[in-house]
Formats: sequence, structure tokens, C-alpha cells
Amino acid sequence: MNYLEHTGKYFMMLGRVFKKPQRTKVFYEAFLKEIEDLGLKSLGIIMFISFFIGGVIALQTALNLENPFIPKSLIGFAAKRSIILEFAPTFCSIILAGKVGSYITSSIGTMRVTEQIDALEVMGINALNHLVLPKVLATVFFYPFLISLGMFLGILGGWVSGVLSGLFSGADYIEGIQTDFDPFLLSYAIIKTLVFAFIIATVPSYHGYFVKGGSIAVGRASTQAVVWTTILIVIANYFLTQMLLT
Amino acid sequence: MIEVKNLHKGFGEVKVLKGISATFLAGETSLIIGESGSGKTVFIKSLIGLHTPEEGTISFDGRINTKFSEKEKQQWRQEIGMVFQGSALFDSQTVEENVMFPLKMFTKQTQEEMLERVNFVLKRVNLENSNKKLPAELSGGMQKRVAIARAIVMNPKYLFCDEPNSGLDPRTAIVIDNLIQEITDEYNITTVINTHDMNSVMEIGEKIIFLKDGRKAWEGSSNDIFKTDNEAVVNFVYSSNLFKKVRDAYLNEKK
Repeated sequence: MNYLEHTGKYFMMLGRVFKKPQRTKVFYEAFLKEIEDLGLKSLGIIMFISFFIGGVIALQTALNLENPFIPKSLIGFAAKRSIILEFAPTFCSIILAGKVGSYITSSIGTMRVTEQIDALEVMGINALNHLVLPKVLATVFFYPFLISLGMFLGILGGWVSGVLSGLFSGADYIEGIQTDFDPFLLSYAIIKTLVFAFIIATVPSYHGYFVKGGSIAVGRASTQAVVWTTILIVIANYFLTQMLLT
Repeated sequence: MIEVKNLHKGFGEVKVLKGISATFLAGETSLIIGESGSGKTVFIKSLIGLHTPEEGTISFDGRINTKFSEKEKQQWRQEIGMVFQGSALFDSQTVEENVMFPLKMFTKQTQEEMLERVNFVLKRVNLENSNKKLPAELSGGMQKRVAIARAIVMNPKYLFCDEPNSGLDPRTAIVIDNLIQEITDEYNITTVINTHDMNSVMEIGEKIIFLKDGRKAWEGSSNDIFKTDNEAVVNFVYSSNLFKKVRDAYLNEKK
């Protein structure tokens, strides 16, 4: 199957996903469950990675600024911009693409190969709407919070690393964070996160829903889903950056 | 009553069903038998609307399913119960949630009413005290019973079972067969079962249709199957020594 055919099939799938849920109460329960599965269960990894990567960004910046005429506050400034603009929305989304993407593909793919999706359709349930819409809304709703937390912990990690290593003072770092703060940077990061969240929910769902075969096919689909989700995040990141910042 | 006329279905170049016609009556357990690859599963999936026929019609009490409006299709879907080969229970839901699922989706019953109905059908399939278990915690036979309970919870007019005995020991298989037949009689359901289990054929085959290479090669009852001289049926049904001996004994008794 060529890329054009996959793209068409993906958009046709979206057409079936975005329908009014057949039973609001069931949809609401599924939505809350997806918030837990796709959002809350990713809190730990995002917190852990953000804190340490934030620390590394601050340390690397400090180690590369040897000129005594460059103020130390620039370390906080550079760390803040790197974390808010790229690390939190893009890097964290790529991590989530691996963790959540493979989970979505394997869970929907297993439902496909074990005829659970057929069972839904025989009952008269729009399986795509029932399975995918709660995932899309849960990621789009929750990931901005998750990424915001990643930003905060990344910046905090930078401060801790400076204080512990003695490469820069906490006061210099905080001064750098407060310097020339542009609130649009946050909007930019949130807009990117919303787009990435949509990709993370829909692309793996597509790979899982249309899987054919058995457990090996599900495993292969999970790998493909992670690869394609990552590729699409990187491409979307490029275009969003160009559209929003230039 | 389900009436199938000249049903054709293929996938690309491969023609699977080649003009099957059959009638399935209410309150009757009909069995579709045939070798692997003879088109049984495609036939049953066409009946339940998972495959669209290329040619021919399938009518449910006079209503042709391919001509349904969206609303009629939705209504018709709720008249159907299906037991899949692997049970197709929702892994993440408990037994109670699995059986309650169609009620939650399509009725406006209160939680108490739904629970009462769930407990009733679970009792009917002899599966009490397992409400809170997950499918993975159940044996194959118990999973089949939950699948049957889920299939009948909406009081269907038509029940379809795709190899309900596959993977079960002979004793459990007979229990499941008898359960399906009892439910069919009790609620006057039109039941169609795909199987290649010869015990089922002998136990509950009120009507048997034998498929070969996508065509209906023979039709009759479990008694007729002893007497038939249709070569394809004889080769398929009496391929085991046990059934050969049973047949010989039956025919000797009749002489």
C-alpha cells in the first residue's frame, strides 16, 4: 500500500472517529480511564526525564560559557528557552510517542486480532468512535498539563544542578529565567503540544485498528506506529516552528 | 427466520462463497459444517453484516439487511447475538462489565436493573459468583459461557456462534452445545452455529448444512447424516474411526 493510500485511509478513519458518542456516560467513563492510562501513568517518566535533562542543559550551557564577560544569568536564560521551546514540548512528546504510542497500537491491535472490534461492530457500536475518540480527547486535554509540569521540573533541575555543582549560583539562574520573559513562548509550546498529542493518539490508533494477522503483526504495527508518530512529530515541529516563530 | 439467497462473497481474486442459498428457522439450531477453508466463517460473518455480499440477499424476517437505513441497521444489530470463536471478551472488563456492556450502550435501564439482568443471564449460563473476575482468570469453557451470556443479554432474535466448541474438552463442549440449544428453544431464537465438531452435529444438529469449496454441498438433519451417501459428507463426517463405527451401528440397527 502506498503512502497516499495510507494517508487517505487515515483521514477516512478520522471521519469515523469524530462522531457524536453513542452513549455519553460510557464515553465519559472511557475518557477518564484514558486520562489515567495515557496521562497519569506517564507522569513519572516525564517528571524524571525532565528534571535530569533540565539539569544537563544547565550544566552544558555553564560549561560552554567560559568568557568572563558573559553574565552567569545567561545560563538560566538559555536553559529556560531551550526547555520551554523545544525540550518540553518536542522531546517529551517523542518520549510519549514511544511509551503511549506502542501501548495504543498494541491494545487496539490485540482487540482487532482477537475479534473484540468485530464484537463491538456486531453490537452496532462505532468501534473507532468508541475506542479512539476518548484517547484523542484525553491526550489533547491532559498533555498540556504534563508538558507544563515537564517545563517546570526541567527548569528546577537546572537550578538544582547549578547549586549542587557550584558552576553558577541559584540567584544568577533565577535572574536569567526572569530576564526578557515572553509569555508567547508558553503559548507556542502549548500549541505544539496540542498538535503532537493529536498525532500521538491518532497515528498509533490507525496502526492498531487496521492490523491484520496475529501477535507478530501487532508487534510489527507497534514498532511502525512509534516510528511514524516520531517522524510526524518531527515534521510537524519544523512547520509549527516556522509558522509560529518566523 | 433468516433467508439467504444466492450469496456470493470474495476477496480480490479469491471467491469464497459461490452462490449459497439457505433458510434458518426460528427456534431451530442450524449447524454449518465443512472443512477448514470451506467458507464457514465468511458465511457467518456475511450473515451478521461484517462482510457485505457481492451478490445475493440475506433477509431477516423479510427485511433485507443490505437495504437497511442507518436507523434500521442499528435496530437490527441489537436483535443479533454473536459468540465468537475466541469468545472476544473485552480483556479490561470484568465478567459483569462485559455482559452489562450492551445494556449500558443501548438501554436506559438503571444500574440496579442492569445488574439484575446480568445476574439473570449469568445464572442462566450456570456462571454465578464470577461477576468480578477478569476474562484472563476464567477457563475456556467459562469464557464461552460469558460470551453466550453477553450475546443473549439483549434478548436477541438471532444468535450466531462461530465454532463455540473450539479448544474445549469434549465434556465442556457438550455442556456448551446443550446450553445453546436450550436457549434457542427457550427464547425461540434463530440460531446458526459454525462448527466442525462432530459431537455437536450429533447432539444438536436440527438442521445441518455442509459447505464445500464455498458451495452448499448437502443439507439435512443429524439423522439424515447417518443415511446420506453424499461422498463429500461421508468423507468429512466419517473420517474418524469412531464415527465410522457409530454410523455402521446405526445403519445395522435400521436394517
